[in-house]
Amino acid sequence: MFITLTEPMWSKKPTTPVKFIVLAMLLLAGSVFIAPLLWMVSTSLKPLNETMALPQRWIPGTIQWHNYRDAIRAMGNFRGYAINTLFLCVMNVVGTVISSALAAYGFSQIEWKGRDRVFTILLATMMIPFAVTMVPLFVLYKHLGWIGTFLPLWVPSFFAGAFNVFLLRQFFLRLPKNLCDAARIDGCSELQILLRVILPLCKPALLVVVLFQFMFTWNDFLGPLIFLTDQNDFTLALGLQNFQSQTGGTSWHYLMAASTLMTLPVLAIFLLTQRTFIEGISTTGMKN
Amino acid sequence: MNTAEKRNLAIGLGFISPWIVGFLVLCVYPVVCAAWYSLCDYSALSPALFTGGQNYIELARDGIFWKALYNTVFFAALAIPAGLLASLFLALLLSFNLPGRAFFRAVFFLPSLVPMISLAVLWQWMLNGELGLVNTLLRPVLYLINHLSGLELAAPNWLLDARYAKCGLVFTSLWGAGSAMVIYLAAFQDVPRQYYESAELDGAGFWRKTWHISLPLISPVIYFNTIMALIGSIQVFAVPYVMTKGGDGPERSLLFVSTYLFQNAFNYSNMGYACAIGLVLFAFTLLLSLLAMKLARRHVYYTDRTNVE
Repeated sequence: MFITLTEPMWSKKPTTPVKFIVLAMLLLAGSVFIAPLLWMVSTSLKPLNETMALPQRWIPGTIQWHNYRDAIRAMGNFRGYAINTLFLCVMNVVGTVISSALAAYGFSQIEWKGRDRVFTILLATMMIPFAVTMVPLFVLYKHLGWIGTFLPLWVPSFFAGAFNVFLLRQFFLRLPKNLCDAARIDGCSELQILLRVILPLCKPALLVVVLFQFMFTWNDFLGPLIFLTDQNDFTLALGLQNFQSQTGGTSWHYLMAASTLMTLPVLAIFLLTQRTFIEGISTTGMKN
Repeated sequence: MNTAEKRNLAIGLGFISPWIVGFLVLCVYPVVCAAWYSLCDYSALSPALFTGGQNYIELARDGIFWKALYNTVFFAALAIPAGLLASLFLALLLSFNLPGRAFFRAVFFLPSLVPMISLAVLWQWMLNGELGLVNTLLRPVLYLINHLSGLELAAPNWLLDARYAKCGLVFTSLWGAGSAMVIYLAAFQDVPRQYYESAELDGAGFWRKTWHISLPLISPVIYFNTIMALIGSIQVFAVPYVMTKGGDGPERSLLFVSTYLFQNAFNYSNMGYACAIGLVLFAFTLLLSLLAMKLARRHVYYTDRTNVE
């Protein structure tokens, strides 16, 4: 299930005492990191009285699978939230892939005057906090009559977010330069080169962008919080927060069941696409 | 410019046109607008009324804003170094040639994927004063310390105690150290093996290899990550918002600049004031990044060119 790392940093096998110390630390840190996840699942299967019982037990005395069904019911329109979230995820992924592939191609495979300077501007826009643009965008969408609709949550993705362009460009730059030149000599138009030469070679990179954008939309909270008004339009993130703020701090078994449900798809996707995912994350840190 | 160059320019601009439109409509326009609103009394219901620097003067006198700024700086000052140390430490542990590395890497990385809202709800439960797992683990440790030293330390009620609420939030953010760890692992992979081999020939051990080879060579990555963490921590919003059920915590201990901005914009409909807060936040981000850039010039080592200065 887990891919192997290419190589450890130090090829020499460590001496026995070092080995034991490092393994002990790995086990300790590993337990600390995995414990909250296991605790979430454990709590989600307990009856209410067991969540309140001390001392706590990792394995519930009675395993209550129907907590999940009950939590879904208690959250209100769970099915609707899931459909809304998936709709937004699909629209955002489609918009992002199309627009950032185009922009990344323009920033990497075509030589034009001032290109790198414009790219610096693009990088600089990543520094602008959403908090700054949030209010004017809200006002703009209000004038357009978009508040309370899904439009503010997916239309912007068709205008190439800086981060995704940056990421795709990093991948495009790794391709040999003469590939495009050869295609140009063969009479391909630039769009054909992008579609027939570059994109087929960059499938893993596209997958990274798809995954990141999916995760981003799945997790997004502030956007839906500001732009959605009707509870039927809520996304899962907003629905969960709404449920949490209404139940008060008591039904932890339901809250944990709902949190588990929200987390599971993301973890499943990660485990299925681990190699691509890790490569993508690593690339984001490598700034040229 | 000859014809070919003109043609390339046109094609290039054509390809990046989605970004250009986005840049103008979703970036330039809102920032200019925010700057204008910040000079106005504006509630989004009635037209903006120019009031000059009134919002900024008010902001400078607003104790709640200073509290929010203090909280934000306090949180960033704890979370960024702690996150950096934790992720580097984990990456170093995984750099030994030991079995199970891929497994542990996945274990450390998984928590960083948990959606923010689930994360907030989960950690609210983890940090529960009476029933939380954190305190369950802490109590025996405190018992031992109290027993040995005669102190009377009690497990805090993290998120409901103004003194500890931000520490609770730092724990939450540390749980996501895995994503930075993966980046550092990849950076370590890029360090040429020969460096270690020749250092080993010279008798260098773990610490010297780490301190004199690995860390200097990955310093650009550390720098980039720190800036990203800085931008992230300054904007911290969703997790405390959910943990406090849309509030700002006991004695406003979880009121952050973004929270205060949100409250002004959407609870009090004070858009002009909110924009002023946003611009101050922006200026603050720029200032800190510039500072980091200055520091980087001295401490970051780039292999492809000689160090500046």
